[in-house]
Amino acid sequence: MEGIEIVKYSKRESVNGYIFAAPSLVGFLLFFGIPFIISLFYCFTKGAGDIEYVGFQNFIDLFNNSSFQLAVKNTVLFNLVSVPLVMVISLLITLVLNSSLKGGSFFRMTLTLPLVIPVASVVLLWQITFAQTGFLNQVLVKLGVSGPDYLNTKLSFVILVLLYIWKNCGYNMIIFLAGLHNIPKEYYEAAAIDGCSKVGIFFKITVPLLLPTMFFVFIISIINSLRVYREAYLLLGQYPDSSVYMLQHFMNNNFTNLNYQRLSTASVIVFVSIAVVLGLLFKLQKKYEV
Amino acid sequence: MVKENKVLKLAGYVVLGVFAFCAIAPILYIISNSFMDPGEVQDAIGKCRFHIIPDSFTLIQYYEVFLRKPEFLLRFWNSIILTVPIILGQIVVSLLGAYAFGKIEFPYKNKIFFMFILLMMMPYQVTLVPVYIMLKKMNLVETYASVILPNVFSTFGVFLLTQFVKSIPDEQCQAAKVDGANHIKILLKVIVPQCKGAIASLAILCFIDNWNMIEQPLILLSDKEQPMSTFLSQINQTSPGLAFVSGVLFILPAILIFLKGEKALLEGVQHLDIK
Repeated sequence: MEGIEIVKYSKRESVNGYIFAAPSLVGFLLFFGIPFIISLFYCFTKGAGDIEYVGFQNFIDLFNNSSFQLAVKNTVLFNLVSVPLVMVISLLITLVLNSSLKGGSFFRMTLTLPLVIPVASVVLLWQITFAQTGFLNQVLVKLGVSGPDYLNTKLSFVILVLLYIWKNCGYNMIIFLAGLHNIPKEYYEAAAIDGCSKVGIFFKITVPLLLPTMFFVFIISIINSLRVYREAYLLLGQYPDSSVYMLQHFMNNNFTNLNYQRLSTASVIVFVSIAVVLGLLFKLQKKYEV
Repeated sequence: MVKENKVLKLAGYVVLGVFAFCAIAPILYIISNSFMDPGEVQDAIGKCRFHIIPDSFTLIQYYEVFLRKPEFLLRFWNSIILTVPIILGQIVVSLLGAYAFGKIEFPYKNKIFFMFILLMMMPYQVTLVPVYIMLKKMNLVETYASVILPNVFSTFGVFLLTQFVKSIPDEQCQAAKVDGANHIKILLKVIVPQCKGAIASLAILCFIDNWNMIEQPLILLSDKEQPMSTFLSQINQTSPGLAFVSGVLFILPAILIFLKGEKALLEGVQHLDIK
């Protein structure tokens, strides 16, 4: 990782290092490393009793599977929509919060609250709001518009994006606040003396100096967006509208028929794709020294 | 100029106010509904009315949950039985690991740490199959241990604490070593006292994650071992009144921990930077 390692390890220290790392390392191997290798093996076989080597057949089958295709498409789409949105909104809130308004700590606390609130206990409100005869539609009716049954249409995608933003805004805000805090005040003072406008200061000082923080938020938002199954399951159940059928649904639902081969192949593909995407992102970050 | 500033300030308050309202409204909603009469709740939900001020304030739904329908409390205990051992176990495992990765040089250290980070970033479903295979071999499926064990060894804790341990100056460990302290002593006397905040951060983040767990219990546990998080999603539809009370009970520990440890939470999230 750090180029050529010329560190000479002392034998005693190495043993000590492994002793202290042992619990986490054993756990890692036991619950991920070893079984992951076993599932790699499953990827290339078929049958339960008489196991037969089938080459890449499982991969070909999976890529031709229409629910897998749908799941991949939706997962990618969800990331493309929700990640930029949550970043822009949380940055906006952070900037407002940071502009020396009164009651800053109260607002900060309120806005981070959804982070700790179990979604399971608030999801009912969302369901009532967006039901066919729900709160939102009752307001719309008064305005002379009749709305759909949101949670059983393509609009459930939009609602899931909203729930994701509700849940994760606070997370990003905390990180952005720390990033803004680290920009030296002198820069702003100097720019103000030079007669820079507020917009100019934002684009010439805040944005460039906040880039590393933005990258960090970007990665965290992707990770959290890949975990949106939790919210999706609570809001929409195990079999949601096809617009929010994600990779995670595909895998969870395949657990019921315990098709090890298909499940293993899917996890290996997802693992490798996420690893490759994240690897590329970190490479880009290093290259531009963001 | 002054006027423009005032307008901007007002706009700022409006933005914050709207978002703060969205953040807090669901919580106020379930709290107020938990103090209503079951009939009132049923009526409002049946008509999908956004009903927030109780017609009559009553504790009858609390009485139901605490004294008449103990299965609700059982789910609450399930949540505790699952979450507390995970938090305690993860702190111990992560502290030992963080000391190794943060302060000791050993071969393949960086490669192993990289694997830990990679795993930490994966969605649960990727690890669910491998974990299931292993638990099946260990005959642990449908026991509490099937959820507790894999989560104790979550690599997230090691990563987070290593970030903190690295920031403790090496000189302090060297000085302790000169005084004849071994690694265990250094860990307990030098590292742990300075990592109290970090441990609090880990405990809170770990609590948030595991108190809300959905994926693992759904697949690994039978019906009677399900925690509150999955149980709530079932009763939300069938008995909303009791779901509100259970929801309040379920939120309460989370809010208390948040109020007590907001600073630790902020610090923990800020240390997640992966470089």
